[in-house]
Amino acid sequence: MTAMTYAQAALIALAQEMERDPTVWVLGEDLGPEGGVAGQYAGLQQRFGKTRIVDTPISENTIMGAAIGAAMCGTRPVVELRYADFGICAADEIVNQAAKIRYMLGGQVRVPAVIRQPMGLRDGMAAQHSQSTEAWWIHVPGLVVVAPSTPADNHALLKAAIRCDDPVVYMEHKELWTVTGEVDEAAAPAELGKASIVRTGTDVTIVTWSGMLAVCIEAAEELAANGSRAEVIDLRTLWPWDRETVFASVAKTRRLLVVHQAVRVGGFGGEIVAEAAEQLFDTLEAPPRRLGAPRVPVPYSEPLETLCRVSRSDIVAAALSMVEPRRPGTNPS
Amino acid sequence: MNEIPGTERVRKLYRTMLLIRAFDEHSGDARRAGKLRGSVHEYIGEEAIATGVCASLRRTDYISSYHRGHGHCLAKGADPDAMMKELYGKAGGVCSGKGGSMHVADFSLGILGANGVVADGVTIAVGAAQAVKLKKEDRIVVAFFGDGAMNRGPMLEALNWAGVFDLPVLFVCEDNLYSDRTRTGSVTAGPGVLARAAGFGIRGETVDGNDLLAVHEAAARLSSEVRSGRGPRFLHATTYRWRGHLALDKGLYRDASELEMWKERDPLVRTAKWLSSRGIAAAALEEDRKAAAARIAHSVAAAESAPWPPSRVLFTDVQDVGAPA
Repeated sequence: MTAMTYAQAALIALAQEMERDPTVWVLGEDLGPEGGVAGQYAGLQQRFGKTRIVDTPISENTIMGAAIGAAMCGTRPVVELRYADFGICAADEIVNQAAKIRYMLGGQVRVPAVIRQPMGLRDGMAAQHSQSTEAWWIHVPGLVVVAPSTPADNHALLKAAIRCDDPVVYMEHKELWTVTGEVDEAAAPAELGKASIVRTGTDVTIVTWSGMLAVCIEAAEELAANGSRAEVIDLRTLWPWDRETVFASVAKTRRLLVVHQAVRVGGFGGEIVAEAAEQLFDTLEAPPRRLGAPRVPVPYSEPLETLCRVSRSDIVAAALSMVEPRRPGTNPS
Repeated sequence: MNEIPGTERVRKLYRTMLLIRAFDEHSGDARRAGKLRGSVHEYIGEEAIATGVCASLRRTDYISSYHRGHGHCLAKGADPDAMMKELYGKAGGVCSGKGGSMHVADFSLGILGANGVVADGVTIAVGAAQAVKLKKEDRIVVAFFGDGAMNRGPMLEALNWAGVFDLPVLFVCEDNLYSDRTRTGSVTAGPGVLARAAGFGIRGETVDGNDLLAVHEAAARLSSEVRSGRGPRFLHATTYRWRGHLALDKGLYRDASELEMWKERDPLVRTAKWLSSRGIAAAALEEDRKAAAARIAHSVAAAESAPWPPSRVLFTDVQDVGAPA
């Protein structure tokens, strides 16, 4: 095990996959000289050359379209879109082409591409560089959606995404780039679609992913100090999501709280809560809840941006409202 | 490669054009009769382009196509039976009945797809060329698209991209004068299609797209330049679509005289005349026409009698990880 940042963990995974498979290559802006927005490609162009670490024009449609064509023709492209917000520029190619070509062509061809689009709030990047768009992609049949929350996962999940034969939207979180953790560089690729129970508990299940994991763990610690034991589940893969692990946990705790940084309305929390309500209604002791951002564009000013963040105290309050005995006729939300 | 092909070769290409004409005469009629669903875009009047260009290609070369894609598939060698079943949405369709007219493609022949989004096939084509280059394969890629595509951003991005990365792509613009139902000239600035390609440093030629021999000669020259590693090339083929944008569009926004003028330039009639001048008897040419009609009649009969796809294929080939339960 080696201590390294989330960005370094991804860099090592990518380099390992490029060594292992000569058909893996990368395309995107500023990969060579700058090594990517967060240094997640540092040194790779010097090591693998300009034909495998390809610096492209600012042409998101063609970055994505070319990756699709190349994926259909026997290579495994890794697309770097810099910000999830720019993934929207390539949404046509991702949604209308990458996600559907295999199906439209009756299974004649696959599109094994990894589409990296870092998401989330970071350092006052404002409305067009801060969005969490995971729910947009989860809604599209044909796509796998991955959101690693730790350095170890950014290593093992990126390896898995590169080896996956489906198009994978791979959403790192911008606030995690510099977070450090222990990584086993020899680790096998993670299994896509498997959640991890980060903290066990018996009173409430908190389901989360990406940048909100750390906040949820802090909230669980505070809850523990107050005598409530929260089980924290990191989904890691958002499509497919690990119903088995989530439902088993909810069956045990009988309470479900989903926490994400994306806008709450239409967010993926709604889907998880709805599934749990449909499957486990009779076992639930409190209405399932979800926390997310208000439905506003992300503002620049720091105190305003902070109001868009789900905080530790928001999570604690929501969990307590579910755990504490309900008074008849009250609605905790 | 650049000499005029022999009579027998031209006759073979003539048969391909006849097959495309017969296929799309039926597909349009069948759509208007309600036997087909959705969008069906006929290629009638433009057959010389797909035929002449694909004649300059090898089986292993890739092509990408667009919504008006039946001709490209047939010219690349696709089986009309499997294509017709696809248009009918039947089992045995080349895309298992899940694509239909707008997505008909036989990948085993290097066909990267017809495509329902204008110019998207072009970005896919440059990516295919990038894969060819990365894998050091001996193939080229042809991107077919219409004049309407020249006004979409991804098209212009892809031209720049092919120039920057010096990719083995032949861009083929089938300029039939209309972007859907709008006359392209009325919504297009600047000196024209070829000038746009030149703006990205891509050498191109304009050719009479209704002249099979001229198309073939230009395509053979340009594709051999592409194949020899000299970078992308551009073929601007002028033509006209006899039908509306799609089968249910009567094309009433056009002058009847315009259509009549272009029908006089029918690429099939012109090729037949050339063959006659080389001693092919009228009866033999008529036999070719009948053979194409019979071939398509066979495809239609096979498609009409084919079973529907089983319900289970609804859920196949979506994705491996997270497949629908």
